[in-house]
Amino acid sequence: MAPVTPRTLFDKIWDAHVVRNEPGAPTLLYIDLHLIHEVTSPQAFAGLRRRGLRLRRPERTVATVDHSIPTSVGPIQDPLAAKQVSTLEANVRDFGISMYGQQSPQRGIVHVIGPELGLTQPGKTIVCGDSHTSTHGAFGALAFGIGTSEVEHVLATQCLLQHKARSCEVRIEGRLERGVGAKDVILALLAQIGVGGGTGYVLEYTGQVVRAFSMEERMTVCNMSIEGGARAGLVAPDDTTFEYLAGRDFAPRNFDAAVQRWKTLPSDDGAAYDARITLDVTGLAPMITFGTNPGMGVPITGTIPDPAQQSDRSGQEALRKALQYMGLNPGEAVAGRPIDVVFIGSCTNSRISDLREAARILRGRKVNPRVRTLVVPGSQAIKRQAEAEGLDRVFTDAGAEWRESGCSMCIAMNGDEVAAGQYAVSTSNRNFEGRQGKGSRTFLASPLTAAASAVTGRLTDVRTMV
Amino acid sequence: MSTTPAVRTGGRTPFKVVTSTLAPLMMENVDTDQIIPARFLKIIDSEGLGEHLFEDLRRASDGSMRDDFFLNRAEYRSASILLAGRNFGCGSSREHAPWALVGAGFRVVISTSFADIFRGNAMKNGLLPVALDAASWTSLAALVGTDAHVTVDLERQEARWPGGSARFEIDTFARTCMLAGTDELGYILEREADISAYEMRQAAEEHS
Repeated sequence: MAPVTPRTLFDKIWDAHVVRNEPGAPTLLYIDLHLIHEVTSPQAFAGLRRRGLRLRRPERTVATVDHSIPTSVGPIQDPLAAKQVSTLEANVRDFGISMYGQQSPQRGIVHVIGPELGLTQPGKTIVCGDSHTSTHGAFGALAFGIGTSEVEHVLATQCLLQHKARSCEVRIEGRLERGVGAKDVILALLAQIGVGGGTGYVLEYTGQVVRAFSMEERMTVCNMSIEGGARAGLVAPDDTTFEYLAGRDFAPRNFDAAVQRWKTLPSDDGAAYDARITLDVTGLAPMITFGTNPGMGVPITGTIPDPAQQSDRSGQEALRKALQYMGLNPGEAVAGRPIDVVFIGSCTNSRISDLREAARILRGRKVNPRVRTLVVPGSQAIKRQAEAEGLDRVFTDAGAEWRESGCSMCIAMNGDEVAAGQYAVSTSNRNFEGRQGKGSRTFLASPLTAAASAVTGRLTDVRTMV
Repeated sequence: MSTTPAVRTGGRTPFKVVTSTLAPLMMENVDTDQIIPARFLKIIDSEGLGEHLFEDLRRASDGSMRDDFFLNRAEYRSASILLAGRNFGCGSSREHAPWALVGAGFRVVISTSFADIFRGNAMKNGLLPVALDAASWTSLAALVGTDAHVTVDLERQEARWPGGSARFEIDTFARTCMLAGTDELGYILEREADISAYEMRQAAEEHS
């Protein structure tokens, strides 16, 4: 028998979706699931209309509204947002696409509802006009963000032209302390590799820490793979994955047969990766960003880095500019900095376990009266679940706002935003200049750190409270 | 003979050679929120974004135009080549970023590296991302503010400037599309038979 070359999880999914390899052209790759939303799809539908094209497989595209819709109840006040939503409604009607619209009890952030509905499954190729599509890689699916031109390609052909990325194993070893979790792990990785460190790679997260993570924790890690510039993040499917999917609306009807197929997906022993990184999380403190990209993170026990200590000049200038924007000085302690806003939500950290973590801190406590605290569930289903558990009361009794689901303050194009000059502790994924509103200053952190900081009104080491 | 498959022509302006002075954005990790802030994404077409290119970098906190930002300076107004620091275009997948750059008159961005999604989006909109080696980039940086013209030649995959030149790498297929002024969709649509055959194979495997 001919020897079989051991393959990675990424190799296996890629190989199974090659439609055609032609010399001089990228691979034509088949896409199993396409998620769309109101902001990056209208121009793609306009393109289809211009060319007189229909959808090749309308049942493989699923729509929802999340980015520009408000998190308040009632009609959309912003006429531009209302127009985007009504445009998507017209497009899904004209082209025969399933939609979880504003009134749907199953709507939510696109990367929250895909897994929740069981649409996200191991071995699938999944794309969406949104960079945080990497979230779905937690299930052992090859999932990545695409631009609007590619949204049109998938609508019309169910395919994309893609060059295969290189593979990198990210082995996460050690033991996490109490109060330190998945968000801290990914922020620590980003602080190590930087925002361009993963460019050109698909990251496969392995090791005992990842194996012990729940699906929701794995989603938090995979979600922020793009912040390292990676094409996608992956976690091999295992019993945790299968248990999560069992019984969900769109789980395969013959579930046992699907599980047997999924069990063949994990990387073979001896499979070759193009690169390998190890992160030992033993002794890791809760992480927080201080700068204007997600790679600018430090332990909460740390101090603001000094630009003069940076090895290269462009790094020095970037850090100086970031600190100027943030109004922070080199050498200052991070913990204890006063804050104005806390946002608990986004496709990174708005799932039920994230809300339970935040509630663990806020139960029986009050948020600092100076701090506006916003809790935004990732989907309407999570909202109902949280309310059934009484978490909404924990939040409102503490003085926090409890909202309808959506992208909210992560992207600040829906009415929820941080005012210029204000400091926010946010469980979202990006701290770019102006990301949470013009002039906003963002500290990215875990739900635990965010809740603890809401109580004290300052950047806080949550380990003193758990 | 080229092994690149034929692509259907039409649709976009072919990209051959661009010659221009340089507009400088000497920052690394310029993210797509800097290129076009999210509040300008509430549109259903791709028009008008050029006016808001680098909106928050362009304006002071009181809303006035900063006269130290290149876009607000007369000497850079006619430049169609942007010189920027490494990892340009990181962050979100919004194609609004290249739409805004093209809308403001840019045809080329030169850096030492680009974020993946941005690079793909740019080439689909006739905006050429040119990744040069660090030494060449530094040579170009020295020309900023002079009236030196830089030529970017896609056919020859070469950037030329007074006193120097450098070759750049680019995806062969995307290059063919840009030179012809076509897009990828025509090519994919012509592979219908392959796609149908794939779908039949996949359905058979899932029911086996």
